[in-house]
Amino acid sequence: MSHNYYQKELETMPAEQIRALQEEKLRKQVKHVYEHVPYYRDLMDKKGVKPEDIKCLDDIRKLPFISKADLRETYPYGMLAVPLSECVRIQSTSGTTGKRVIAYYTQHDIDLWEECCARAIVAAGGTKEDVVQVCYGYGLFTGGPGLNGGSHKVGSLTLPMSSGNTDRQIQFMMDLKSTIICCTPSYAAYIGESLKEKGYKPEDNSLKAGIFGAEPWTEEMRRDIEKSLGIKAYDIYGLTETSGPGVAFECEEQGGMHINEDHFYAEIIDPETGEVLPEGCEGELVFTSLDKEAFPLLRYRTRDLCVLSREKCSCGRTFVRMAKPKGRSDDMMIIRGVNVFPSQIETVLLNEGYAPNYRIEVDRVNNTDTLDVYVELSPEQFSDTVGDITEKERKLAAAIHTMLGIHPAIHLVAPKSIARSEGKAVRVVDRRKLHD
Amino acid sequence: MAIKQLSIFVENKQGRLVEITKMLADSGVNMRALSIADTRDFGILRLIVDDTQKACLVLAENSVMVKITDVVAVEMPHRTGSLNAALTVLSNAGINVEYLYAFLSSSGQGAYVVLRVADNAQAEQALKDAGYNVLSDEDQIE
Repeated sequence: MSHNYYQKELETMPAEQIRALQEEKLRKQVKHVYEHVPYYRDLMDKKGVKPEDIKCLDDIRKLPFISKADLRETYPYGMLAVPLSECVRIQSTSGTTGKRVIAYYTQHDIDLWEECCARAIVAAGGTKEDVVQVCYGYGLFTGGPGLNGGSHKVGSLTLPMSSGNTDRQIQFMMDLKSTIICCTPSYAAYIGESLKEKGYKPEDNSLKAGIFGAEPWTEEMRRDIEKSLGIKAYDIYGLTETSGPGVAFECEEQGGMHINEDHFYAEIIDPETGEVLPEGCEGELVFTSLDKEAFPLLRYRTRDLCVLSREKCSCGRTFVRMAKPKGRSDDMMIIRGVNVFPSQIETVLLNEGYAPNYRIEVDRVNNTDTLDVYVELSPEQFSDTVGDITEKERKLAAAIHTMLGIHPAIHLVAPKSIARSEGKAVRVVDRRKLHD
Repeated sequence: MAIKQLSIFVENKQGRLVEITKMLADSGVNMRALSIADTRDFGILRLIVDDTQKACLVLAENSVMVKITDVVAVEMPHRTGSLNAALTVLSNAGINVEYLYAFLSSSGQGAYVVLRVADNAQAEQALKDAGYNVLSDEDQIE
């Protein structure tokens, strides 16, 4: 099979050349940030590091980290590295984990970001002949604008649908024969469900690929979506702090996401000690923007836990691959002393034949943590006898216990009774008040 | 032979049951028999109605989870010991009853028992062999 690249020379550049390019960009970037971001200059001064101390890539370890707390501290302009008059756009996080983060972009930064998204679309088989339906939210959220820009760069016909209004999504998908769909995986699953409800079979649509990101999802969910939409599903990764989607993207091998290393330098650190870990170790992902102008974060701690691999990929790309993040370290719950990621529970649900529509509630009763999992029962699973349904609950509880070592209370609920998300799904409700 | 029962998933929250009964009332469906099983999270409403297809359609259109189950309905005299006698027949034939509910005929003379068993044909044969009238149609209920 012939391989498609958006920028072949960069995407398949030999590893030593990538390092040389990164080194050169890093030296410039550290100088740029030191000179223009007083907050980071102070952090560097406190550590006794000067820009001239950064000579090679490994010297990056001398630089201080930036965390979400630093971004809150410097809200709204404190991390800006160019005059506002040079900026052409802002994007912002949803602010679900605290104060919003506002990211600024110069035209150069927008171009760079959109090129990254274009690489993702081309890797998923996109060409100028394609019809790309973007149903990520538009606006402050980076999902819509990022893929929209990428699709323009590729020259595909772009449908700027934004999220929601599923009937209209389906109508456009059918009438205009969309070939690539971009949205959150939970929304893709919901569209798949809605298509089925309307009597469409997976082969009735013209979709060939989907590019899904912005929330954690599992391999089981990938298989489900691929089946219900009749497509190949590609993962995409990014965060507002580094630009948006497109920091890393999957190729046809579906074996991890290639990080756009000409723009972003990735490290894996021990989240406790901050020490850089060797390749192949699981740890927290840290990104340095190598050539963004307006909002160039150095050593930004993503809180995403994952593994990097430099193993050769048969797609021909030389960029390092990141495994699907196991979970954001702040998605992780500690229940009865056990680390639990919602994605682990989702894996069990899909394996047991349930739809990935669920709500996890954690509470503390009489000083003991409780885990309640609400799952939708499908019409096929519904039975007229209490015994059958109780048996299903028992079996599911046992499977979750095997995975986590914790006994959950399972609540089977009616189809569609758990709210669907059109953006990022809110699946965990933690009612424990541990710090009052 | 078996008759059709509607099995309906009812979320365990205030007002849900009345929403469902209103859908049926508004569509002119008449109930002939019912029972409810309740668990911690939900109930299962079981109904014998005069128009099973119509009721099923109306409920499904309103996103109510419903399924049609074949159940055995048997007629018996309305007097002491009748149910015991019928269940003895089933017990002797090695038939396990999942659930049952009973109601009186409109005349008050006879009673009907609706039974959910694993094998309808086997239960019906056992009851018939013992001389019981097994209903083959919801319309036979009076």
